[in-house]
Amino acid sequence: MKTNFPNGKISKVTGKCIVLKGDDIDTDRIIPARFLKCVNFNSLGEQVFADDRIELTGNHPFDKNHNQGASILIVNDNFGCGSSREHAPQALMRWGIRGIIGQSFAEIFYGNCLALGIPCAIAPSSKIKTIQASVESNNKMNWILDLQQKTIQSPKESWSISIEKGPLEMLLSGKWDATSQLIAQEKKLTEVMYKLPYIKNFK
Amino acid sequence: MSIGTLYDKVWDLHRVTDLPGGSTQLFVGLHLIHEVTSPQAFAALEEKNLTVRCQERTIATVDHIVPTISQKRPFSDPLAEEMLATLEKNCKKHKITLHGIGSGNQGVVHVMAPELGLTQPGMTVACGDSHTSTHGAFGAIAFGIGTSQVRDVLASQSIAMNKLKVRRLWFDGQLNKGVYAKDLILHAIRKLGVKGGVGFAYEFSGPAIHALSMEERMTICNMAIEGGARCGYINPDETTFSYLKGKPNAPDEKEWGKAIKWWESLCTDKNAKFDDEVLFDASQITPTVTWGITPGQGLSINESIPFPESLQESDRPIAKEAYSYMQLQPGTPIQGVEIDVCFIGSCTNGRLSDLQAAAQIAKGRKVAKGIKAFVVPGSEQVAKAAKDEGLDNIFVEAGFEWREPGCSMCLAMNPDKLEGRQISASSSNRNFKGRQGSSSGRTLLMSPAMVAAAAINGKVTDVRKIINENQL
Ligand code: SF4
Repeated sequence: MKTNFPNGKISKVTGKCIVLKGDDIDTDRIIPARFLKCVNFNSLGEQVFADDRIELTGNHPFDKNHNQGASILIVNDNFGCGSSREHAPQALMRWGIRGIIGQSFAEIFYGNCLALGIPCAIAPSSKIKTIQASVESNNKMNWILDLQQKTIQSPKESWSISIEKGPLEMLLSGKWDATSQLIAQEKKLTEVMYKLPYIKNFK
Repeated sequence: MSIGTLYDKVWDLHRVTDLPGGSTQLFVGLHLIHEVTSPQAFAALEEKNLTVRCQERTIATVDHIVPTISQKRPFSDPLAEEMLATLEKNCKKHKITLHGIGSGNQGVVHVMAPELGLTQPGMTVACGDSHTSTHGAFGAIAFGIGTSQVRDVLASQSIAMNKLKVRRLWFDGQLNKGVYAKDLILHAIRKLGVKGGVGFAYEFSGPAIHALSMEERMTICNMAIEGGARCGYINPDETTFSYLKGKPNAPDEKEWGKAIKWWESLCTDKNAKFDDEVLFDASQITPTVTWGITPGQGLSINESIPFPESLQESDRPIAKEAYSYMQLQPGTPIQGVEIDVCFIGSCTNGRLSDLQAAAQIAKGRKVAKGIKAFVVPGSEQVAKAAKDEGLDNIFVEAGFEWREPGCSMCLAMNPDKLEGRQISASSSNRNFKGRQGSSSGRTLLMSPAMVAAAAINGKVTDVRKIINENQL
């Protein structure tokens, strides 16, 4: 399991790809509700897709030997829909995922990924399917998700992907980490706060 | 783009700056925390060597995981005990007020804060819980946030957000007898859909809304999120001010006039511009019950489970899923559907007036044989007030169980759960598959009075019959 979580400027994700097929994969499937009862996110990596994996007894992509250590997840349409739980991207990140490519992502899931420094890139359905086929035909290959070039490439192939402008800038400049952005505005924040009459209970 | 609404004014007053990536940094006036979504946030804070920016604007309670039968510590569920112990430790370390069990103020976070006068008009309120929209009843802009945002608010007392559009839901007329705030909001969600509010803040207004008490208003704003709206609000008025007056955290007598003046100045202007407006006639609303697996699958009590042909194309797949999950066939009248469990409580309908309405129905009657019925006050204050009026006895005599305050079976992160395929009449807010603790359990949402009526008859019942026959 990788522990070096995303940090600073993010322009590339490198490593093996893992393919997870299916539309509308919701956050309940990514991390079932019973795992929300926890005081930290540490064990979420092992619990990712828990129920699907039990059902497929070892045949789930996240269990297959050749996928271990993969860092780029290739999904289909409307990935991450359903409840807003941040546990879902946390679980993926703690399993090792550092970048996702899909046809589309649910809005809150997308935002939660960005807040963790995980880029979500998109490509049309047919292209996603080609990439998935290519990954599956040679599952040992190393890939580069290049945010600057907007490509996903192996030593043999390269496809263009797209990524929203705002999030892209945030990742490239290292400004995806909302906390430090917010803390940086301390002076302005204090000004705004003391103009609000309720802060001193109208005294 | 909306102009001159309460939402616009509160947004502008709390705007700190624009952030790279296009969102706005918004100051958070009140941050409520609880045991489920705060522990990871505190851990992340410490990982980054940060502290809590405004301890005095952060208030904690415990609600989701508390058992409602015995609240003796340590809890019998070690995970629940660990979650509460972690919250206690974090609050102590960061000097945050925790309204814990036995304090007299503990309760579901959205019941507790208004009771203590913490929620006030014109504030921005954030909490790691989607039903934070409840606080909009006071004319606050209140929204649920994720755990990473809980960390952000702890660290900076602010949050990165995108501005919403504003839709006004105007309710003309008045609600009829036996029709409650819960029916009004279930009706609105049914009409506008569970995704209808995505990207919007909902302003609830009109004579029917302003005739409601604060508790009823909270029921409505609570479920704005079920309609897809991140927040819902009601412009503050006399009802709001008199509710707040004298509450522990409300402004003092000396400052009261100043406070009212500010609050009134925030109300939506007469010539305000909305992004969208929808008109309802409250007098046409009837008791409403959900039959399916989303809060939008509602029916008037006199209707039957819809046939797929009668639904819009886009609503058919989820309806089909609902027929099989709920084991209810199209054409079946909703009235008369037999139930197993009755739950009165939650942040939607666990307040004193909810218990009063249910007790009025339960009084002098008996829960039908084989039905498990229980009442869970929303907070210790609600429990006390209800006991002072003898409501607990009315319920117990009728065969209901009287429990300790907490979220209980609303989401079943505690011992209160449906079993197997049990079907419940619930005063809570979500009827998703598995929501009440059993992966095949079924939920019919309705008003607390309707839940009480269902308990008495063992099946879905039009509460108006009981009210009229007995001239209640
Ligand atoms: S009562 Fe239900 S909806 Fe309300 S805070 Fe508790 S679990 Fe959430």
